[in-house]
Amino acid sequence: MMLRPRTDRQAGPASSARADKGLPPAARALLVLALLAVFAGLVLAVLSLSEPAPGLAAAVDERIDESGVSHPVTAVLLNFRGYDTLLELVVLVLAVMGAWSVGRARGCAGNVPGPLLRQLPRLMAPLMVLVAGYLLWVGAHAPGGAFQAGSLLGGVGILLCLSGYPLPGWANGPALRVSAVLGVAVFAALGVVAALLPGGAPLDWPPAQAKTLILTIELAAMLSIGVVLAALFAGGRP
Amino acid sequence: MAGLSLLDWALDGVLALLLLWLAWRALSTPALFRAVVLFIAFGLVLALVWARLFAVDVALAEMAIGAGVTGALLLAALVRLAPPIGRGRAHGRNGERDGA
Repeated sequence: MMLRPRTDRQAGPASSARADKGLPPAARALLVLALLAVFAGLVLAVLSLSEPAPGLAAAVDERIDESGVSHPVTAVLLNFRGYDTLLELVVLVLAVMGAWSVGRARGCAGNVPGPLLRQLPRLMAPLMVLVAGYLLWVGAHAPGGAFQAGSLLGGVGILLCLSGYPLPGWANGPALRVSAVLGVAVFAALGVVAALLPGGAPLDWPPAQAKTLILTIELAAMLSIGVVLAALFAGGRP
Repeated sequence: MAGLSLLDWALDGVLALLLLWLAWRALSTPALFRAVVLFIAFGLVLALVWARLFAVDVALAEMAIGAGVTGALLLAALVRLAPPIGRGRAHGRNGERDGA
């Protein structure tokens, strides 16, 4: 539920690591004091949390049988709060559109790795694809799911790029673009179909078909997430 | 049972302190490359912390996206920021032609 915002937020501090270079010592001391105050406030906030954490866990547990999966996180992400996940996939597509509109990718063919890195993907890539498939499947009843599996696929793309295996020509054209939006397209299309069923609502999966629908969406989402993350690493239009 | 919980406390304490120290080092180090490597280490320790909090989903995502992909993105950005390496840019042109 909280996966993406948290990882997004972390990108900030490191990238602005040099922002406070050259501050006068007084300002720096003030900054440290302010940060300590925030830290103390956070500690107080944590200590004053009520012990049985208020939340929707009980509500999720109660209706988990209707979700089609038995892992509560997947049930929330793909069923109970499907809109959030759909919009997260849209954000990823927007990010890659932004990166592509800035310039062209440097391409991976120019990376000349050492012999070790050249051979590593031959061992690693198939294993990583296998683990991604496993994470996708296991997400129905244990920790895992489309985002984790997709980022693993993205890692395969990054590894292949770094070790000098470029995409084959046929994969660089429309196929790349289609697979980048496939997750959003499948998710949204199935959501609309669910709305057209008698008594249905958008993104409201009928319990009997929920597992199939969720796995279909996750499969498409995994592919899109992997493509988008690898495309972001390549850093521009292909 | 008391021994186990003491061990738990020690482990959590070490993890928390390590996390704070890595975060501080990543922010305060002037060398960008070192900052990125510290950030990746921070992400990996944070994934351990999520696992300790029984948030295995978040731990997996943190490990893969927070530490792995973001780290790779930051390193790639670093290479682009530093023209002295030169090699990357020259090969980039080749890559573009191959890719097109």
